[in-house]
Amino acid sequence: MAYSEKVMEHYTNPRNVGTLNKDSKSVGTGLVGAPECGDVMRLQIEVDENNVITDAKFKTFGCGSAIASSSLATEWLKGKTVDEALTIDNMDIVEELALPPVKIHCSVLAEDAIKSAINDYRVKNGMEPIAMPKSHH
Amino acid sequence: MELPIYLDNNATTPLDPRVLEAMLPYFTSKFGNAASRNHAFGWVAEEGVDYAREQAAKLIGCTEKEIIFTSGATEADNLGIKGVFEMYSDKGNHIITATTEHKAVLDTCKHLEKLGAKVTYLKVKEDGLIDLQELEAAMTEQTILVTIMYGNNEIGVVQPVKEISAIAHKFGALFMTDATQAVGKIPVDVNADGIDLMAFSAHKMYGPKGVGVLYVRRKNPRVKVTAQIDGGGHERGMRSGTLNVPGIVGLGKACELCRLEMDEEAKRLSKLRDKLEASLSQMEESYVNGNVEHRLPHVANISFKYVEGEGLMMAMKDLAVSSGSACTSASLEPSYVLKSLGLSDDLAHSSIRFGLGRFTTEEEIDYAIENTKKAVNHLRDLSPLWEMFKEGIDLSKIEWAEH
Repeated sequence: MAYSEKVMEHYTNPRNVGTLNKDSKSVGTGLVGAPECGDVMRLQIEVDENNVITDAKFKTFGCGSAIASSSLATEWLKGKTVDEALTIDNMDIVEELALPPVKIHCSVLAEDAIKSAINDYRVKNGMEPIAMPKSHH
Repeated sequence: MELPIYLDNNATTPLDPRVLEAMLPYFTSKFGNAASRNHAFGWVAEEGVDYAREQAAKLIGCTEKEIIFTSGATEADNLGIKGVFEMYSDKGNHIITATTEHKAVLDTCKHLEKLGAKVTYLKVKEDGLIDLQELEAAMTEQTILVTIMYGNNEIGVVQPVKEISAIAHKFGALFMTDATQAVGKIPVDVNADGIDLMAFSAHKMYGPKGVGVLYVRRKNPRVKVTAQIDGGGHERGMRSGTLNVPGIVGLGKACELCRLEMDEEAKRLSKLRDKLEASLSQMEESYVNGNVEHRLPHVANISFKYVEGEGLMMAMKDLAVSSGSACTSASLEPSYVLKSLGLSDDLAHSSIRFGLGRFTTEEEIDYAIENTKKAVNHLRDLSPLWEMFKEGIDLSKIEWAEH
């Protein structure tokens, strides 16, 4: 299967690979997917007192599109408020990376990872978790 | 050295230039129909086919009359299995095969189940070989056919064909084998191996695509199959259709070259394969899949834990290999062959098959080793599973949200 240039670009030069301190109160961690399914994404955000995401990191086990989707997600998250981050839709990722239908699940996983990281942050800071989108798989 | 490097010779092989040379006249000046008995154009074409038939027969140790040309191994598998089922329906309706067979065999058996066949799908052991006692236990008076592949396309393991055929014959059943990956690579002798029917294809042994053989035994016992394609009665009535003369000539030449060069080639390739495998299996958490003693000389199947095969192949962009990961398929199911070995899904997703071939050089293998190592390390740096493994977290204890 041929990959889009943007997928190749993110895959070759992934942004924000790494690990934040998951025990820190200002860090939210989302770990989604399953090894059996061939995709696991871990996405982390660091949030300041103004509710702005100051840093985002990822690590992904998966195909090129999964890696590109999570790399793109971290890029988009930085500088956004948490509320703005919640509006990122998987179809935005599909469009930006020109993912074919068979790879849409990678974008869904990235959206799940964002929401799951935000929820981890919310719960840590005494807030109610937001409802997770129904998994599209 | 030219890039990318082709290491997917189990999918298909390049045409040997000597094969192409043999074929070319049959597209132009020698274009006749091999069935035209009344003029020189037909005779010339028939001569080409006869020579090819002789070469195919010599390679597998049979007589020319036992070679039925088909469009490839898939058709040969279909003709052998369906043809036997139909021809021997008075005798029984039970077929035995294995879960690691090629789809051409498995789906043909599934089709026959709808038509009243009883099919036993033998499981394989961890090393990919079938259990002979299980085979014997599965045999019944109704068993008409045992069909077990010679060498596996994904992991390269070679089944104990002689022992399998002996068991089949003990119970009065025929033994068929899909030998697509084995013929031309290792010695295959239909008499020594007790084979009654055998499918193989030209494009896996440096011949052209679109042509293959079904071997059908004529003596001890005389095997018959019901034709699946009706028409002009070509190939002794078993496979009608104007013969693909250039393709058949190419298959013949490919068989001839394999017969003459196989021993040396197998030695050279197994040495290169062992070098590749030894280097890559030295990497932490990498595993060789399948039996390493009984196998084809040119295949290595290795799982690199904590990286996903398709992502890995993308990083190995100068290497043409294949993976058991089914990330591209709609089902998201990894290789059924690797799963049959009892491999967990995550290891199956992490597997890469290297298929060496006649034109693989040592320089290419050295490059492949470095390229693969780099790619695995790069992806492990990106892998949350690798990080967790390194921290000593037991991944099996995590509750994954299966999607």
